Amino acid sequence: MEQEKPRLAVFKFASCDGCQLSLLDAEDQLLAVAGALEIVYFPEATSRMEDGPYDIALVEGSVTTLHDAERIQQIRKDSKYLMTIGACATAGGIQALRNWADTDEFIRAVYAKPEYIQVLESSTPISDHVKVDFELRGCPINQYQLIEVIQSLLAGRKPRTPQHSVCLDCKRRGTVCVTVAQGIACLGPVTQSGCHALCPSYHRGCYGCYGPAPQSNLVSLATHMEKEGDSRTEISHRLHNFNAYAPAFRNESQRLLEQDGE
Amino acid sequence: MADRTIKVETLTRVEGEGGLYVRLSGDAVDEVRLEIYEPPRLFEALLRGRPLEDTPDITARICGICPVAYQMSSVHALESALDVTASAEIRRLRRLLYCGEWIESHGLHMHLLHAPDFLGFDSGLDMAKQFPDEVNRGLRLKKHGNQLVDMLGGRAIHPVNVCVGGFYRMPRRDEFQKLIPDFEWGLNAAVETTRWVAGFEFPDFETECEYISLSHPDEYPMNEGFIKTSSGDSIEVSHYEDEFQERHVPHSTALQAIRKSTGRPYLLGPLARVNLNREQLSPTARQLADEVGLEPLCKNPHRAIIARGLEIVHAYEEALMIMRGDHPTGKPRESYSYQAGEGMAATEAPRGTLFHRYVIDEAGKIVKAVIIPPTSQNQAQIEADLKQWVTQVISDDEQQTARQCENLVRAYDPCISCSTHFLNVKIERT
Ligand code: SF4
Ligand code: SF4
Ligand code: SF4
Repeated sequence: MEQEKPRLAVFKFASCDGCQLSLLDAEDQLLAVAGALEIVYFPEATSRMEDGPYDIALVEGSVTTLHDAERIQQIRKDSKYLMTIGACATAGGIQALRNWADTDEFIRAVYAKPEYIQVLESSTPISDHVKVDFELRGCPINQYQLIEVIQSLLAGRKPRTPQHSVCLDCKRRGTVCVTVAQGIACLGPVTQSGCHALCPSYHRGCYGCYGPAPQSNLVSLATHMEKEGDSRTEISHRLHNFNAYAPAFRNESQRLLEQDGE
Repeated sequence: MADRTIKVETLTRVEGEGGLYVRLSGDAVDEVRLEIYEPPRLFEALLRGRPLEDTPDITARICGICPVAYQMSSVHALESALDVTASAEIRRLRRLLYCGEWIESHGLHMHLLHAPDFLGFDSGLDMAKQFPDEVNRGLRLKKHGNQLVDMLGGRAIHPVNVCVGGFYRMPRRDEFQKLIPDFEWGLNAAVETTRWVAGFEFPDFETECEYISLSHPDEYPMNEGFIKTSSGDSIEVSHYEDEFQERHVPHSTALQAIRKSTGRPYLLGPLARVNLNREQLSPTARQLADEVGLEPLCKNPHRAIIARGLEIVHAYEEALMIMRGDHPTGKPRESYSYQAGEGMAATEAPRGTLFHRYVIDEAGKIVKAVIIPPTSQNQAQIEADLKQWVTQVISDDEQQTARQCENLVRAYDPCISCSTHFLNVKIERT
């Protein structure tokens, strides 16, 4: 008899579907991965919907409703490994910008009948609610990293994903630094790589879609940007992006805004 | 017979999250609700106060399936507010980028999401076991779409190269040339795919609705034009909000749109576009439309899969024409200076007309953003069509009925994550 394949489930919370689409976008590897795994729950791709337990749960999106805050608890109970995919699930996503605002006012600005809408005041990452075994960064994630992490979980080894900043990849690719050469503001020094330093290769600054790199010196970068003539509000806006609620970006933008308020 | 409801808790093979609720008394349909429970992400509110340059990057995140459409509508609307006119070269490249997104999105929907319904599979992956050649061909088409967006935009999901005024950097000649042989293969493969889907067995089903799409005298509509309707109206994009209205219904986090003048819903998307602009299709696509026997005004939503195939053929042919043409030169983007103002634009996302309006201040900050995505516009029409469809497919087998309802909803390829402001079928008999 064929050995039982590991059961994979894909769940969605508040998100754009881009990260789970990365799995479908791995065209060449998709059928092979689908062969090594049993995809037992993935509403975007299949009408098959099986209950847990699951060996690997991929979770996309952030928690923004009471119902979702409860749903993630059950998913955790049902899953051996729970891995978040993308900036929404890992840091709250762009929708976390409302954590700094009055959510009711936001809803009134968008909906004619705000009373029909029930959401939480904040958008929070999955790890604020349950234990997460692995977080894959990016908005969107990189499909090769996703396949690597799935393979490593299956093989029981540690996933090989980079921890260095985007700058190092600029050097590796031989991209001329856009900050040094053209004075363009770039979050590359404080952003974790995973994109092979994409934006600078398109002659623009990094806008931080992979979130803060470990040990990044945000104060130093912000001070440099201030010296270049950017206002603190401008710099904190730059950090108020897809990973705005990631602790390192959150703290630095807070610091800048408080300084500004003084 | 007792009253009953049919409910699909989670609608599958659609983008985003939603459900479907049908209430019957006996065999009479009382109510059909497309329930979009996708949590709202409030984009229009969070854009306020941000530099206008952030808009294409942020609005892309409304939808991972059609980020290019959000980027295109954003940049066109903001350019109109700034009085910037993109060069002919940039215009050509923007169409090329859109070709990539149509090939990718339609390729995905046809092969992985919709075709399994006609052939009785749960998913494209299951279908691949019996139809390996067709599914592999589909995955290759989809991949070409991704490669094109990747080449011009830097990456397939949430491209980084689009900006107000044009692009951050021009594509290099070798990047163009590299894709041509694959696209030559893809054009033929897309023709085969369209013949294949046109041979499916389609249910006898017709709906009455108003079809709406952009239209342009010289080209198949993508980035520009006026709004054409099957009732014979031509509307300037700047009058969009005078003619169409979004309403908020209790059962959905997506707004529902109606035509103001009639109070009735309408339909956007590939079927509407082909119905209204068949003459503008590329030569191969136009000929193919005749060959596979697509009616001049096709009223069967299940047949939208054929329209998608034709649009893929068109997109390949146009992409090849652009890539074989003179390599674009000139500056990658137009410069501009800030001025207070308002700008609107509509472009053709894979799922239909996407409207954006922005008010900006003299410092280049967003004061107000209005985004009317295709799914929220189609939603009311989908409900109306379902109401009619349920009476045709109702049986004592609830699961079967629910499945038939889902099939119809998938025919529209609703993108629930884009209805920022989603499916699961429940049938209730009372
Ligand atoms: S992280 Fe970005 S790409 Fe992924 S679901 Fe969220 S918005 Fe989409
Ligand atoms: S361009 Fe940005 S990421 Fe690259 S080296 Fe310079 S600062 Fe670092
Ligand atoms: S360079 Fe920065 S913004 Fe650009 S893709 Fe990489 S991490 Fe994201």
